[in-house]
Amino acid sequence: MREGRVSATTAGAGVWVLAAGALVLIGLPLAGLLMRAPWSTLLHDVTAPSALQALRLSLACSLGALALCLVLGVPLAWVLARSSVPGLGLVRAVVLVPMVLPPVVGGAALLFAFGRRGVLPLRLPFTTAGAVVAEAFVALPFLVLATEAGLLGLDRRYEEAARVLGAGPWSRFVHVTLPQVAPAVAAGAALSWARALGEFGATITFAGNLPGRTQTLPLAVYVALQTDRDAALALSVLLLAVSVAVIAGLRGRWTWR
Amino acid sequence: MLAAASLSTGLREYAQARVSFGGSQQLALSVEEGADVDVIVTADQRTMDGLAAHGRVERPAVVASNTLAIAVAPGNPKGVRGLADLARPDVVVVLAHPSVPAGKYAADVLGRAGVQVHPKSLELDVESAVQKVVLGEADAAIVYATDARARAVGDVAIPSAQNIVTRYVAAVVKTSSHRAAARRYVARLPARLRAAGFSAPDASSDTG
Repeated sequence: MREGRVSATTAGAGVWVLAAGALVLIGLPLAGLLMRAPWSTLLHDVTAPSALQALRLSLACSLGALALCLVLGVPLAWVLARSSVPGLGLVRAVVLVPMVLPPVVGGAALLFAFGRRGVLPLRLPFTTAGAVVAEAFVALPFLVLATEAGLLGLDRRYEEAARVLGAGPWSRFVHVTLPQVAPAVAAGAALSWARALGEFGATITFAGNLPGRTQTLPLAVYVALQTDRDAALALSVLLLAVSVAVIAGLRGRWTWR
Repeated sequence: MLAAASLSTGLREYAQARVSFGGSQQLALSVEEGADVDVIVTADQRTMDGLAAHGRVERPAVVASNTLAIAVAPGNPKGVRGLADLARPDVVVVLAHPSVPAGKYAADVLGRAGVQVHPKSLELDVESAVQKVVLGEADAAIVYATDARARAVGDVAIPSAQNIVTRYVAAVVKTSSHRAAARRYVARLPARLRAAGFSAPDASSDTG
């Protein structure tokens, strides 16, 4: 790791220029947002009841989506990494589809699956549970990818030792495999949670837009952008702050130094 | 060119202009932020007045009018006959968000009829509200009469005593680099929209 850093600092100027370009691409729009943000009324705007309601709903939905991703995604990652069932390549490709699918198309697809006339009519549209499912749909690939990579990089001798010592499959998974793969799961969880928090297209298409029920923070920002631009910018800054804080916290702790 | 979402039934097939459809407020925001467009058509006067007051557009002109109707799922399974039915708890209603013209008009119409509706969703533009009915998620939505007629949905008329006339306003954007062509385009819009089923710019409420 240290050697890698040394060679990076001595790399040609071209690398630095390109890296700076990447930073500009991401950083400049964020800086623009911060420059235009109405700082004098920011506190007032983000503590307005409607803003707090959207924030609460966003946190609840994104955490619900993360829970769903963990419960379903970790086992799926395990199957992908460990089993040798034919057709796994296809399953892996299908799992990644929500990453490349336009979210609005994902929302429509969710309607065809779980809508009133869907394959499995669960009465999810226009409900908070629907917003959670929409967010989980787009967030799941991030968790599965990261967890599967972690599982593939594991030293399996520990599991083998546990097996020899008489631990059953479930016990081995919970007490040996899971602790070892925890950093990868945490990294995946951070990414999928962040994706869920920022979710817009699938939510509006599948769950609709109703304050207190399905109007998450990104939807509230969109609506506010049409009526009260300062409030929209204030909400955007709030969303930005929450995500940066959590990503920074999680990454620092579990993955990067 | 930017045009209100509800004009998509009338303008989509005219290939001479590249048209982007959306909620009027969103379109106005694009023009305010300096989007490279020649013409903007909003679904209400108020949004256009805001642009005109900021000096973003040339003199606006009314190019068509419309009325509202209730779009219902094909076959009207819930038996919706009028605005009063939208208050029934078994009827899933979606409306456009009050920040876009269609949502404001819908609220006006419901207010005039004295009907209290609990919509399941306030969609971001009227097209999305129609879509929810087309996909069968909603039983009814208050939309423009042209949308209700043109799409694969049933439409229930709103009596003219309860209805309102909505007007589409077009203007040439001042930063356009093709202002002469844009003016000619705006001048042709009333005839085009009339042919597509919209009412004349000066229509009064009894035509609905």
